[in-house]
Amino acid sequence: MYKLLLCWRYLRTRYIALVCIVSVMLGVATMIVVNSVMAGFTHEMQARINGMLGDLIFESRSMDGVLDADAHMKKIKAIAGDAIVGMSPTVHVPGLMYIDVNDQLLTRQITLVGIDETTYSSVSAFGDYLQHPANREQLSFSLRNGGYDIYDHQVPDQSTQKPRTQMEQAGWWYRKQKAMLKKQRQMVADSASPDTSQRNPFATPEGEEAQGRDFDMATEQHVGIVLGIGVCGYRSADGSDHFVALPGDDVRVSFPKASLPPEAINEFYTITDIYESKMSEYDASFVFVPLRELQKSRGMIDPETGKGKFSSIQIKLAPGAKAEEVRDALQDAFPVQFYVVSTWRDKQGPLLAAVNMETAVLNVLLFMIIAVAGFGIFAIFLMIVVEKTRDIGILKSLGASGSGVMGIFLGYGLSLGIVGSGVGAVLGLMFVANINEIADILGRITGQPVFDPSVYYFYKIPTIVAPFTVTWICLGAILIAVLASVFPALRAANLHPVRALRYE
Amino acid sequence: MSSVTDPRQPRPALRISEGTSALATKPVSPKIKMATRQLYKSYQKGSFGIPVLQGIDLEIYEGEFLAIVGSSGCGKSTLLHLLGTLDRPDAGEVHFDGYRIDNLPSASRDLLRNKHFGMIFQFYHLLPELTAMENVLAPALIAESTLSYWLRRGEHHRRAVELMELVGISHRVKHKPRELSGGEMQRAAIARALLNKPRVLLADEPTGNLDRSTGKQIMKILGELNQREKLTIVMVTHDPWIAEQADRTVRLVEGRIQGV
Repeated sequence: MYKLLLCWRYLRTRYIALVCIVSVMLGVATMIVVNSVMAGFTHEMQARINGMLGDLIFESRSMDGVLDADAHMKKIKAIAGDAIVGMSPTVHVPGLMYIDVNDQLLTRQITLVGIDETTYSSVSAFGDYLQHPANREQLSFSLRNGGYDIYDHQVPDQSTQKPRTQMEQAGWWYRKQKAMLKKQRQMVADSASPDTSQRNPFATPEGEEAQGRDFDMATEQHVGIVLGIGVCGYRSADGSDHFVALPGDDVRVSFPKASLPPEAINEFYTITDIYESKMSEYDASFVFVPLRELQKSRGMIDPETGKGKFSSIQIKLAPGAKAEEVRDALQDAFPVQFYVVSTWRDKQGPLLAAVNMETAVLNVLLFMIIAVAGFGIFAIFLMIVVEKTRDIGILKSLGASGSGVMGIFLGYGLSLGIVGSGVGAVLGLMFVANINEIADILGRITGQPVFDPSVYYFYKIPTIVAPFTVTWICLGAILIAVLASVFPALRAANLHPVRALRYE
Repeated sequence: MSSVTDPRQPRPALRISEGTSALATKPVSPKIKMATRQLYKSYQKGSFGIPVLQGIDLEIYEGEFLAIVGSSGCGKSTLLHLLGTLDRPDAGEVHFDGYRIDNLPSASRDLLRNKHFGMIFQFYHLLPELTAMENVLAPALIAESTLSYWLRRGEHHRRAVELMELVGISHRVKHKPRELSGGEMQRAAIARALLNKPRVLLADEPTGNLDRSTGKQIMKILGELNQREKLTIVMVTHDPWIAEQADRTVRLVEGRIQGV
């Protein structure tokens, strides 16, 4: 009983113990904040990665692809059966994109993805990231009249967003304006040049006109293409987006043909929509075109059967299906020298592993902080034991046992740990709940934005509070506080009563 | 065991039983409350052993008020600590009710100090974090687990209030030791020593830090306890006037008993 009473009194009267509580509290709060933010980032990133890719990716090792997606899909279905709810063949090919910005050619390194617009949305959340509401319903590679999103539809709260005013014009109206401007400039250029030889009506037509007809930009479009927001735009530090190309603009893409030796070809495409997956790696490199058109351009269609080649099949698994098991089953069924089967996690393995490792390293470092707090408790406790030497002698003279005295100090350490981690947990959770406001305030004070949306493609710092992690952190801190008080408590327990009583 | 022995009567011889397991032996005489035999104790100072007690043979009778006097450093406090099992002798034996107690395991010695001995000190030795009442209750707090204390808290409180009334500090229940005068602190210490109804009160210079009149009051309380409650009291003092209040005086000179 006296242990409880004395613990309580020491806790209330020794203000130096507050220092221990504060250090434990800060350590716990920091760990909770860091873990919540890291968990938030990881979750957000995984959702993005999984949103863009199918759950399983069945790939041919050859960039030129293999024939007959239907036959492959039939075989896959026969092997995995119920675990699969959707499949869509795709063609992936690296390419270069040229965007005309005020007569300057902006070059982008991209991955051209040919998708089947009817089935692709059944294997990925790609459709949800598009900027035109009708395209989100059903993707179409034809240019829309207008009505592209001005506010990010993926963020529920519009009040905090900067409007994308450029998107107001996107669509056919914008294309017509562009066409008119181009025509006017052509006329100015023609009248300025006295050489009329190029206007010879009998000269061999060039460019698109070589196809035997005039291409009217104002009424016609090339094959549609969907760009990532990072390919055709950039985000400034204040969170507003700027676009160098809009739906309605034409872009030129060069990529290799599926032939030996590889041969580069050039194609014009018309931007019909923009997607924003918020996974900057994808947003800055993936562009989507219709599968059939890409197969045609690359010469991937078998002239006899009319069947196209594909480079990968995106597979959507049923909820609860084990991706790894299905992957292994498929890999066993198809020759490994020709096909690779991977889960979306495997695809981004290094990235996810890096994030996990960062979290682990941060946790170790932060736990060191709590360990430092532990040494603080150790030092302060030793001091308190020295200060309380006579009291320990008194307790022993009244019949308190060594283990009883030890219990006082262990209990004291335990209560410091409990109070410290309790207050720390509350503080940390409050910080996490208001992290964006705090980041704003810090940004205003330092003049440097703490969370730069142009880097992360999120508007807000994502956080997830895992109750298990919080419990684990608190228990760890309490354990450290108890461990730090073991030695001082032992010292107190072993004090000789007579020497302790005589201690001045 | 309740009969009071006149110390001036011829004393029965003390028989010390053989063996170390004291609790297994039968008490020798009901009249002798405590006894020491050839008690030696020295303190280590560097490589030298400084002898403090050099063969003390002492008998304390039930119900007597014994004063141990001597100049400072003669070892009287050390003798008291050995009687109260706060320390272990280098050689010799301490008996309580005929049982040898100096070689008991720590747990038994803790129990003895808690239940059978009450101790008061020159510097009162109250716990500064606790109120006067809680200090008085300390032996009960130490003796009992949280649950059993909680169940018997009413009984303990009544006893503590009774004792504080007895020593005259019932108006200081909620005060911390630093808010009490020296005399009041010593009274609280006496009440604390009596809480578990000890059979022997060991007092180490109980008036050493008090003025003459306050010391007199403390001595009056001790005298009354001895008279009325038949409490055996062993008191260490260097003050001959204080020692006069006792039934019997033992003089200690250089670690040896010189005169009775």
